[in-house]
Amino acid sequence: MSTRARAFEPERILRLVLPIATLVLGIAAWRFVVTFFALPPYVLPGPGLVWQTLIDDRAVLFESLGVTLLTTFQGFLLATIGGITLAVVFNLARVVEYALYPYAVIIQVTPVLAIAPLLLIYLPQQGAVLACAWIVAFFPVLANTTLGLNSVDRNLADLYRLYGASWDQVLFRLKLPSALPHILAGIRIAGGLSLVGAVVAEIAAGSAGAGSGLAYRIAESSYRLNIPRMFAALILLSVAGIVIFFATSALSYFMLRRWHESAVSRER
Amino acid sequence: MRRQVPPDPPSTSRSPVVALSGVAKTFANGVQALDGLDLDVRPGEFMSLLGPSGCGKSTALRLIAGLSEPSRGSITWGVRNASARRGHDIGFVFQEPTLMPWATVAGNVALPLQLGGTRPAEIAPRVAHALDDVGLAAFHAAYPRELSGGMKMRVSIARALVTDPGLLLMDEPFAALDEITRFKLNNDLLHLWQTLRKTVVFVTHSVFESVYLSNRIVVMTPRPGRVFKELTIEAPYPRQESFRTSAEYAGYCRIASEALTQAMAAAA
Repeated sequence: MSTRARAFEPERILRLVLPIATLVLGIAAWRFVVTFFALPPYVLPGPGLVWQTLIDDRAVLFESLGVTLLTTFQGFLLATIGGITLAVVFNLARVVEYALYPYAVIIQVTPVLAIAPLLLIYLPQQGAVLACAWIVAFFPVLANTTLGLNSVDRNLADLYRLYGASWDQVLFRLKLPSALPHILAGIRIAGGLSLVGAVVAEIAAGSAGAGSGLAYRIAESSYRLNIPRMFAALILLSVAGIVIFFATSALSYFMLRRWHESAVSRER
Repeated sequence: MRRQVPPDPPSTSRSPVVALSGVAKTFANGVQALDGLDLDVRPGEFMSLLGPSGCGKSTALRLIAGLSEPSRGSITWGVRNASARRGHDIGFVFQEPTLMPWATVAGNVALPLQLGGTRPAEIAPRVAHALDDVGLAAFHAAYPRELSGGMKMRVSIARALVTDPGLLLMDEPFAALDEITRFKLNNDLLHLWQTLRKTVVFVTHSVFESVYLSNRIVVMTPRPGRVFKELTIEAPYPRQESFRTSAEYAGYCRIASEALTQAMAAAA
């Protein structure tokens, strides 16, 4: 069946139309509640006012968005590189894994919101925010990559041994490709989490009275009872999260579509 | 034939390709797979190891391949086969196709050459030859998931043949295939064996398959496995489908079947 014919299948239309219909209904209900109960903007602004604020304050909001996204991206990148590298080191040297893995878990299970104020004392603010984004995001990459590196097909491993493969051939030709679906799953989780980490750290930093990221704008607007701007900033953060989700999903799809079941169409 | 064909093994030389003598294998979990296995693999023969599931047939094959070390006894290689000891002269076909899903058919077949450090310019033509041998020349760019079970097994055989090894070890390669595909692959394997003049050790639990393919069947006892009886199948090659329905074939199947039953009874 051609892709064009598939696009008009009822289920595909529903999957596109229904979420949009839900959104429209939600905004309509929001607007109705605001006008019906005549709510003042400092309690609940209507969707129109939020949209207007988004446009009027775009200079400051988008500048802040840029700051937050940069932190998120840096944290994400460091988490991905760090997570994969550490997992490979763990895989090659079990001693290192035994020594360090418990602490990787401890860093992960300690709530980042509780670590952030401490980091802000010892690191410059931008460094602390970045560290938070990294702490939250790196563990999923580490854990998934470790799982992937350990789930190599045993017969394939034997085959490499039979042909006298060196350790780097085994790593780059067998283990890392085998682990790729798991690594990408970790990266997808890390993308969303690095945004969470950046926002948490910005809010912690904001309460210390500094910063210019989007989460800081939310905290600042909250002190000033500028509720429409809080909503506008929240919407931007939410959109950023959605874009990150789709970007990492697309990355995963394009890297796996030729061979992995998760990305292969059911149709034959 | 495109490849240089080695001269017929001198019939006066009974020097085995590899000889197992008093080989025992006990696994770390205490399971004794083999005990007192004496086995000669003769140059150019098609030898089947026939036995019930769990009788150590696969273990014997892994010992010959060097993927596992015997607990006791010795494995001696013929003078002309010294390189096989290091795995350079062995092709191994697993029960599953054991292909790398992220690599194309050609990429999978090229693996042994790449691991062995063959010059890149030399790899492509040799891969093409091996794929041609198994009748998959047209599928070099396909991914394993796009192939049927029988075709995947052909790729696996091409990969085992691409280094032009003297000894081909096959571990129940067709057990998971449907009968029609299995018969076709049996015929194609016999054709390859005759044209390429490999020595084949073929592990199977199918009496019918072992009789159809082999010129020698080694019947093994249940665990711990050792040789119970050797049968020579005198039927001439090339064997065609008509051989499957011949009285001669039925006679050999009965003899092999009885030997297998006796082997089971002797152990009980």
